[in-house]
Amino acid sequence: MIYKVITKSEFKKFINGLIKENQTFGPRQVDEDINGKPIYQFREVHSFDEMDLDYTVTYSSVKNFFLPFREILSRYTFQGDDWEQSLEYRVNPRVIVGLRPCDINGLAILDKIFIKGAFPSPYYLARRNNTFLIGMDHEPLEDCFCESLNHHVVRHGFNLFCSDLGDRYYLSIDSSKAFNFLKNVETTEPTKKDNEKFIARKNFIERSFKTRVEVTGLPSFLDIEFKSPIWKKWGDKCLNCGTCAMVCPTCYCYGIEESIDVSLKTSRKERFQYSCNIVDFAEVAGGHNFRPLREDRLKYRFYHHYRGFAENAEEPICVGCNRCGRACLAGINPRDVINDLRLESKDELPAT
Amino acid sequence: MKYLGIETEKVRIGVFDFTGCEGCELQLANKEGTLVSFLDLLEVVNFREISSERGDNYDVALVEGAISRDNEIERLKQIREKAKVLVAIGSCACFGGVNYLKNRFSMENVVNEVYGEHKVETRRVQSIGEVVKVDLEIPGCPVSKEEVERIVVDLVTGADIKFPKYPVCIECRQKLNTCVFDLGKICLGPITRAGCGAVCPSSKVGCLGCRGPAEDANYDSFRQIALDHGFTAPRIEEKLKFFNALGAALQK
Repeated sequence: MIYKVITKSEFKKFINGLIKENQTFGPRQVDEDINGKPIYQFREVHSFDEMDLDYTVTYSSVKNFFLPFREILSRYTFQGDDWEQSLEYRVNPRVIVGLRPCDINGLAILDKIFIKGAFPSPYYLARRNNTFLIGMDHEPLEDCFCESLNHHVVRHGFNLFCSDLGDRYYLSIDSSKAFNFLKNVETTEPTKKDNEKFIARKNFIERSFKTRVEVTGLPSFLDIEFKSPIWKKWGDKCLNCGTCAMVCPTCYCYGIEESIDVSLKTSRKERFQYSCNIVDFAEVAGGHNFRPLREDRLKYRFYHHYRGFAENAEEPICVGCNRCGRACLAGINPRDVINDLRLESKDELPAT
Repeated sequence: MKYLGIETEKVRIGVFDFTGCEGCELQLANKEGTLVSFLDLLEVVNFREISSERGDNYDVALVEGAISRDNEIERLKQIREKAKVLVAIGSCACFGGVNYLKNRFSMENVVNEVYGEHKVETRRVQSIGEVVKVDLEIPGCPVSKEEVERIVVDLVTGADIKFPKYPVCIECRQKLNTCVFDLGKICLGPITRAGCGAVCPSSKVGCLGCRGPAEDANYDSFRQIALDHGFTAPRIEEKLKFFNALGAALQK
């Protein structure tokens, strides 16, 4: 990692330079909710000023830039009784500005699955390699709990990361691309004072978390609580609408669908994001549904997030952004569900 | 038409309208980009909106609109007799639709209000399925042409006909829309069958449930959420009744 310092006015020049040459996305206010609170999403921007880098959090994560909600994997052309397949991985270079550490760490988790996993995805890889990522630190919101999962700091998976020092950014440079791009603008070597400020900023952010979720030993807790009545309590609220999985930075379960075009001359194979909360997620040919109950479907999402994956790669796939908790109309959120389970386990302990 | 070298049979269709705006029929003639291919899969025997043919040797009858007059019942029964497969298209045909709102009032009041001294014969609105056996329902106000195309392709190629079982929310989130509830409006998206591409919430208008209930829709939780958002019980009922498509939600 190489560190530099840049003034905010120079940074603006840098970003505008990137915008001029590349399709660029950044946090933009898209709406105001009923209480007057701004709602942000990552949207395409055509100038620096269209972005709001002091934004709180985007409603949805950046996942869909890498795993589109629906994407064509291949097309087929029929000729007589034969057919030809065509594939397209190509993605034009693009830039995303303003990712939070949870967004970047979410991508690092997806990398493990779609790049380093047993079945690497060329589609994901093409999108990932052609996207230049600029991260930004932020003061945690009331309900952010990424610190509990150690995802409040970034280690890798980005090109450039900016820590806010007031009138300047302290830059962590993690790619030669970023290093070379930065040659076009004025940056300075961090002074001893800059380093101190950078560390103070990190410490300040770490101290500012108000929500903690105890995840230590969670996989074994979940094993023990498989039949807990807690699942029914939350399952009864669940709308099985899939919102949590759509806004989540790491929920990656998907389905594959083949459809014939109306001309009957061509067809396509598509991948689409799905969710274990959805009613027919575990429905198989012949119509049997392995998870007909709401509470089971809800439970398995938690198991995948905090247990299943933990068993495989020794870490949960949840990054603690609480996007699911904020988006859920029924008020289901990881903090309350996990706390409920922990309390329940305590109640089961024999009195000493 | 051939599919992978195998000759496919054209579907002989008749399209018929009852009480409704005929918007669903218009949808069948929409999506011009693939209209020629679409019509290539069909033999249109009877379809007032696009053809002067008036045959009755159709295999599949697409029926639009609800039933609201005595003479409609007779005509519908005749269509049922001739058709091998009867498909109800659109929310009016499937559920009664907006027309069903009429059933809240006495028929005398309804006729007076709308026609004054030029009275007409009318009756309580019924869905197609309340009058004759329906083999397939394609809901929506209007129906999605894309969905109709898919169903016709499935019919021609012998594939299973499937509808999304999940609620509108998933399509809405995929469009990166702001939740209509966050905008202070009520939305039936969480309990309504998807497949429309969340067209209403994408315009910041709450879903009114024209496609009927999602599978295993959680009405109790939905009702509680709507109450918690400050909507009164009568207001919630009003929305649920709009297309008469969410009857199960009301029975609770």
